[in-house]
Amino acid sequence: MSKPKVAFYWCASCGGCEEAVVDLAENILKVVEAVDIVFWPVALDFKRKDIEAMPDKSIAVTFINGAIRLSEQEEMVKLLRKKSQLIVAFGSCAHLGGVPGLANFWDRESIFNRAYKTTPSTHNPEGIVPQEKVTVDGKELTLPKFYNTVFRLDQIIDVDYYLPGCAPPPDLVMNAINAILEGKLPPKGTVLSPNKSLCDDCKRNETKPEKLTIKEIKRPHEIMLDPEKCFLAQGVICMGPATRTGCGERCIEANMPCRGCFGPTDQVIDQGAKFLSVLASIIDVNDEKEIEKVMDTIVDPAGTFYRFSLPSSLMRRKRMPSVADNEK
Amino acid sequence: MSNEKFEPKIVGFLCNWCSYTGADLAGTSRMTYQPNLRIIRVMCSGRVDPQFIFKAFKEGADGVLIAGCHPGDCHYKEGNYKALRRYKLIKKLQSEFGIEDERIRLEWISASEGAKFQEVCNEFTETIRKLGPFNSKKGGKNE
Repeated sequence: MSKPKVAFYWCASCGGCEEAVVDLAENILKVVEAVDIVFWPVALDFKRKDIEAMPDKSIAVTFINGAIRLSEQEEMVKLLRKKSQLIVAFGSCAHLGGVPGLANFWDRESIFNRAYKTTPSTHNPEGIVPQEKVTVDGKELTLPKFYNTVFRLDQIIDVDYYLPGCAPPPDLVMNAINAILEGKLPPKGTVLSPNKSLCDDCKRNETKPEKLTIKEIKRPHEIMLDPEKCFLAQGVICMGPATRTGCGERCIEANMPCRGCFGPTDQVIDQGAKFLSVLASIIDVNDEKEIEKVMDTIVDPAGTFYRFSLPSSLMRRKRMPSVADNEK
Repeated sequence: MSNEKFEPKIVGFLCNWCSYTGADLAGTSRMTYQPNLRIIRVMCSGRVDPQFIFKAFKEGADGVLIAGCHPGDCHYKEGNYKALRRYKLIKKLQSEFGIEDERIRLEWISASEGAKFQEVCNEFTETIRKLGPFNSKKGGKNE
């Protein structure tokens, strides 16, 4: 019997998820022994036409990382969906929208304006911005369309499983690959990490006072962080209560609070709104003016609470006239 | 443009102990008020998860009212303070989503304030009517 075919693809992402595959270390040799990698743009030289030539559903599983923000990415993931039996959204960007999803607080025009015109390091006196079509020496050149809105993968194609994390830790990746190879898969749509909050597993949970209250909010660089005490008890924003566990607490171990890359548990729709609820609850100030003062010390609340999940939030993006008719 | 008059859809989360009873009083006292408010009774204003507010907008609400007991009067001692703090924090985020400030409103209405319920209901409806429909895909006025 021939080995199952596996593909990897990347969309709007940083490349960290590709590193996560390499982070399997010697285990990757076991994976390569068990499967045939038929497509992996970052490492192997296969082209789109190679995928197009394959029969439908001939790839056992495709791991896709990155959010969808270009027409080319949409075309590629639709093609891979057709050719694959299973699609796994790999990493925060494919799962939730990720950091690229924060672009949903703007639109195409304002992003182009900033990136190609007003950044201090840009010299662009003619104000040239990317075009979908341009003619050079009588020849037409094209670029993919840059959408107004960033989408998570399952807003574009049907997704079977989700591997959370920025980037997903090697043990979760290996568990997922083993489950697929052995055919021991959970129900479709499962996020392949335990469905409880990070605080449940956090070693610092013991140091959390019975009633957690704070009077002021500090940023990590403003205080000497206690290496053992609950971050929230120190007044530092930690997304743990509104975030799924399974990451191995790599940030916490490095004395940095959770930023929420695993997304919410299954019971929560909107991670940012849920964290807002948590944070407002533990601030121990009741006077209206004093509350406002504390809230003013939270720098960029929307960007902090929705750091990895803006395209997955209930509002999905900012309302703007430019995206009234078509989010793309 | 259609000539139909815009009737705002407003979702109101009213606490069981004060504001809902206040609304009830307005009713039993036969006070008339704008019919635009869709009331959802919650046990406490502190039960109003911020997700409820965003969900209301997503499902087509044009405005959201949260009403609870006056500070110090909460049946659960401090639920309304939690509501107040969440409200203040939501105020800091809502413009990032393009939701105009006036569309989310918090009011303290006691069980004896039927008249205040009537007034808030009428005033809020008029505010939203002037602001126009909230279409989650369409740009807001504050752009």
